[in-house]
Amino acid sequence: MLTRFCSKWSCLLPERIRTALDSDFMWRLSRSPVAIVSFVVFALLVLSAVFAPWIAPFNPYDPASLDLMNGFTPPATANDFTGQRFLLGSDDQGRDVLSTILYGMRISLFVGFSAVLFAMVLGISLGLIAGYLGGWVDTVIMRIADVQLTFPSILVAMLIFGIAKGVMPAEYRDQMAIWVLIISIGLSDWVQFARVVRGATLVEKGREYVMAAQLIGQPTPIIMWRHILPNVLSPVLVIATISLALAIIAEATLSFLGVGAPPTQPSLGTLIRIGQSFMFSGEWWILLFPACTLLALAFSVNLLGDWLRDTLNPKLR
Amino acid sequence: MNYIFKRVAQSGLVLLVVGLVAFSMFRFMGDPIDNMLGQERTQEDVERLRDELGLDLPFPVQYWHFLSDAVQGNFGVSYRQGRAVSEIIAERIPATLELAAVSAVLAISLGIFLGVFTAIRREGWLANLIMSTSLIGVSLPTFLIGVMLIYFFSVYLGWLPSFGRGEAVQLGFWSTGFLTVSGWQALILPALTLGLYQMTLIMRLVRSEMLEVLRQDYVRFARARGLSERAVNFRHALKNTLVPVITVIGLQLGSIIAFAIITESIFQWPGLGLLFINAIQFVDIPVMAAYLMLISVIFVTINLAVDLLYVVIDPRLREGGK
Repeated sequence: MLTRFCSKWSCLLPERIRTALDSDFMWRLSRSPVAIVSFVVFALLVLSAVFAPWIAPFNPYDPASLDLMNGFTPPATANDFTGQRFLLGSDDQGRDVLSTILYGMRISLFVGFSAVLFAMVLGISLGLIAGYLGGWVDTVIMRIADVQLTFPSILVAMLIFGIAKGVMPAEYRDQMAIWVLIISIGLSDWVQFARVVRGATLVEKGREYVMAAQLIGQPTPIIMWRHILPNVLSPVLVIATISLALAIIAEATLSFLGVGAPPTQPSLGTLIRIGQSFMFSGEWWILLFPACTLLALAFSVNLLGDWLRDTLNPKLR
Repeated sequence: MNYIFKRVAQSGLVLLVVGLVAFSMFRFMGDPIDNMLGQERTQEDVERLRDELGLDLPFPVQYWHFLSDAVQGNFGVSYRQGRAVSEIIAERIPATLELAAVSAVLAISLGIFLGVFTAIRREGWLANLIMSTSLIGVSLPTFLIGVMLIYFFSVYLGWLPSFGRGEAVQLGFWSTGFLTVSGWQALILPALTLGLYQMTLIMRLVRSEMLEVLRQDYVRFARARGLSERAVNFRHALKNTLVPVITVIGLQLGSIIAFAIITESIFQWPGLGLLFINAIQFVDIPVMAAYLMLISVIFVTINLAVDLLYVVIDPRLREGGK
């Protein structure tokens, strides 16, 4: 589907779209209402996160727009003092909950996507190297993977986060927290990718096209990246989708526990952490709406991942 | 034999590597002398402490000292609390173990029961309801389950406490919450939160294994012999599903301890997990290092035990071995 070539971009584009819409994949998508719904929900959430600065009714991180008098306004009712209305209510500082959710989702999604990307690049490279080179390189990489698999990934992420926090000077901690979060979630999740890619590489290694490339004297890195890599990528897509759901949940969990996104850049997990403290005093909306958003996000990605796995796995067809 | 030896050696190696990580945290994250002496200090103090701590010795020797200390349960002094780490950990262990034990019992008994039930009544509405609920349970983040339970049972109904461990009774070195009413009340919500995920996992596994087994001939023979449904389901079918189930349960024990960090932090349960989260928040390195060592010993032991159990169960691993 993607390997077809055409010399002119103009002739490629319409045809490509036509083939894409006509493909088996799209046909299966149109047959699965669950997949369509979860795809639409996910796309809506991502779009609203990306365009948060334009669609959010307020900018929750602009101190000038905050008014403490607006604090604790219930959803869709006028504030007693200022008469200001908030669709999903406001928090203790008078911030609009809807806007904090939109901005928080940006951070959650950014961390999720970046962590998966990082894990993917690391896992694919190591898996490819281990599978193609074999020998002691393979043994070392896969032993490390085995050892890491014995520990739950959330624990690994916490440990890496803790260590990184200790290494960094105190004044950078809040600033760098997001990046540390990405690296620690990414590092806790590369093993899946490495295992799958290694397995697929072992199969591809014996194929004729690889032998042909070896015979005409192509250098090893070229064989690995140009010839083998494109052929081992399809299972990676499924793992990446499932990993995305896991990464979003992992980020939310870490932030909820107070070892993730700092209060200055709250993600959905941080918002839930904040909301939890108002649960007992009756301001339920500060907790409920971020929690529902996180659920919708995690659910839609999970369902999409399940559907992709069933669709791309020829055994289940 | 060779296989067993290899696995034990491997586990030892893992512990050594984890020990190295823990030790490097000690040694290279900030200057230990800075951490211990504070602002007012003299050059002699620094020299004396450096000598006492053995910081001028070569790295491998220091590592050896760290390991032999660790084996004896000596992890130094917490930066935050100023007490011996081993003492703090000993204090916290009972709470975590009691919580983990109750949720494991809950998860295993309910999980197996519901798994058998949904397998036998595959078409029933109740079984279908349980199955779809369990799907939600798997994708819900643990901390949200905890928060939801607190909201419903503590805030809305006001039945159960939302934090702490209730009244604990001191039995020698072990403080237990099992002997008081408030201890049990405080235990319910955390144990549910912690056990729910493992329960759904065990339930789904038992169900799929049962469905597989129930199709086999010997089950039909047992039915043909006129045995009661209960005898067929539990004595014949369930027994043969237990091998993979035991493996998964074994491996899940480890994750119960890891997820205890989350649960303990939601419910302010005074156990090891809460200690670890606080240590991360306040960069209390000795506590982090000790927890890391402790948890890896637990994990490696569980994994080793499960692997060795395989050898007992599966004779193919005994000869030659892969």
